[in-house]
Amino acid sequence: MVGGLFIIITSQNYLKKVVGLAIFQTAVFVFFVSLAKVLDGTAPILTKMENAYSNPLPHVLILTAIVVGVATSALGLALVLQIYRNYETIEEKEIQSLELKSDK
Amino acid sequence: MFNLFLDDAAALVVVLPLLISAIITFMPSKIWPWIISLVTLVLHLVLSLHLLKEISISGLIIYEFGNWEPPWGISFKIDGVNIGLQLLFSIFALISTFYSRKIFLSEIDSRDSGKAYSLWLLAIGSLNGIILTNDIFNLFVFLEISALASISLIALGAGQNRKALLAAFNYLIIGAIGATFYVIGVGFAYAMTGTLNMNDLVIQLAQYSDGQLAIFAGMSFMLIGLMVKAAIFPVHIWLPPAYSYAPSAVSTLLAALATKTILYFFVRLLYEVFIIYPSYLSLFLDFVLYPLSLLAIFIGTLIAIYQDDIKKLLAFSSIAQIGYITLAFSLEDHSGITSGFIHIFNHALIKGGLFMAVGYFAILQKDRVTLTSLKGFGYKYPITSFALLICGLSLIGLPLTNGFISKLYLFQALYTNQMYFSIALVAVSSALAVAYFWKIVEQMWFSEIKFKLEKEDAYIYLPIWIITVSIIVFGIYSSPIIEFSNLSADYLISGYQN
Repeated sequence: MVGGLFIIITSQNYLKKVVGLAIFQTAVFVFFVSLAKVLDGTAPILTKMENAYSNPLPHVLILTAIVVGVATSALGLALVLQIYRNYETIEEKEIQSLELKSDK
Repeated sequence: MFNLFLDDAAALVVVLPLLISAIITFMPSKIWPWIISLVTLVLHLVLSLHLLKEISISGLIIYEFGNWEPPWGISFKIDGVNIGLQLLFSIFALISTFYSRKIFLSEIDSRDSGKAYSLWLLAIGSLNGIILTNDIFNLFVFLEISALASISLIALGAGQNRKALLAAFNYLIIGAIGATFYVIGVGFAYAMTGTLNMNDLVIQLAQYSDGQLAIFAGMSFMLIGLMVKAAIFPVHIWLPPAYSYAPSAVSTLLAALATKTILYFFVRLLYEVFIIYPSYLSLFLDFVLYPLSLLAIFIGTLIAIYQDDIKKLLAFSSIAQIGYITLAFSLEDHSGITSGFIHIFNHALIKGGLFMAVGYFAILQKDRVTLTSLKGFGYKYPITSFALLICGLSLIGLPLTNGFISKLYLFQALYTNQMYFSIALVAVSSALAVAYFWKIVEQMWFSEIKFKLEKEDAYIYLPIWIITVSIIVFGIYSSPIIEFSNLSADYLISGYQN
């Protein structure tokens, strides 16, 4: 989790920021799934025997969150591509200096 | 048939725009996507009015999706708190869609019209979901749909200025971090209570009445995540570039509705769920939200004075205005919540009107609107300029406009809480608002050169004037807004006691 956040904050490259975001989100998903685990639990399938089973709800929630995460990454990458086409670089510092020049 | 349609009104206000959005995506036509969106939003307004009627009879509607009972299934809740906001949302979405056509035509490629309106409806539908949902995880989904739709809409501004891409990218990263923080909070809350339904959450949380560290951590994560999304002061940095480089129609929609709906949910979470822990709540309100609101008001206004670009100026003034709203909500009593809601309504109208007028100027001169480029606009385009003037005066809070009502109630609420320092600060910042608005007026009307009158487009100034007239009407006859806000505050406060 912290690793992903660290990448987002420190890296100068927009592509790396998107990857950092994906790592950050995945870490949160794993946190959610780990909440669901019941000790000695099996998959929540209805059987004749009575078993302890893991809570399926967090998995379902995370399924939704993964879809959201994929959409976010896809949009982020599309934006990076467009930034590259417009500026011919995806380094934050270079873009900032380009913008400073164009403002003058 | 029509009754069947009305029975599911609570779900349809969200589902209808989302469905139509999918249909119009690939329409090659220039005009049909707009007409279909307009018809959809007229239906949306009919549904909202129907909900208002139902609420005035029963007082509470809980819509269960797939007939799953509330603690298990997802439900929508409509009550006194959100019905007023729902109505405002519906009306403003319709007006801004009407306004958006000519603006979109001149700012984006006309072949993209179908896609733009698809995103537009997606944003409207999901923001409406934020207003109605009663499930904390469902909120996250709507939050992300609306964020992704608005990011794509902001990026459409790249045809005008490539900085729109950077603004959209920054919004994406910061917004996604905010949303993920919110999900971490939901995870903690779910782990402790095993529920996601807001009403059930209150009941389950009551068993930990002495408080648990995990719950406080979860609550803090959720609040921080929402603060990022609502652009409350130190985490507002995504907002000014996003609003100022977006296509003008998009800035109008986002500035008027997007942050408002999230602020509404923020306050509902605070006063409906977290009020279970009064000590935590007052700690958060007094030592986090209250000082941050004061800083937002002061710094937002100061930065706005030094802006040359008018859309950026308006965006920074939005930061200050969000500060007024959160300041009112941080007071933790009936008068504070009421004045917060009043300002949500009024500020949506004012900022919407201002962005509409400035957006029209931007397409008239085919360039970004800066202070110097506005020279003589008061003579060239008197109809729109006069509307801009009235909206601006209302932003400052002059009598006879609805901005005055907001300020009046805010001062009253601060006075009853004996916060004299905040009163002074709000007064000073209103005075500073005069400074930045006066610069605009000076450029528009007080110039030596005479300009000749130019033609204005009725399709564009009509919606602007609808907003402007409503600003004056609600400034003189303000009881509808005050009644709705009172109702919201009543429900929020009594909901806890029941």
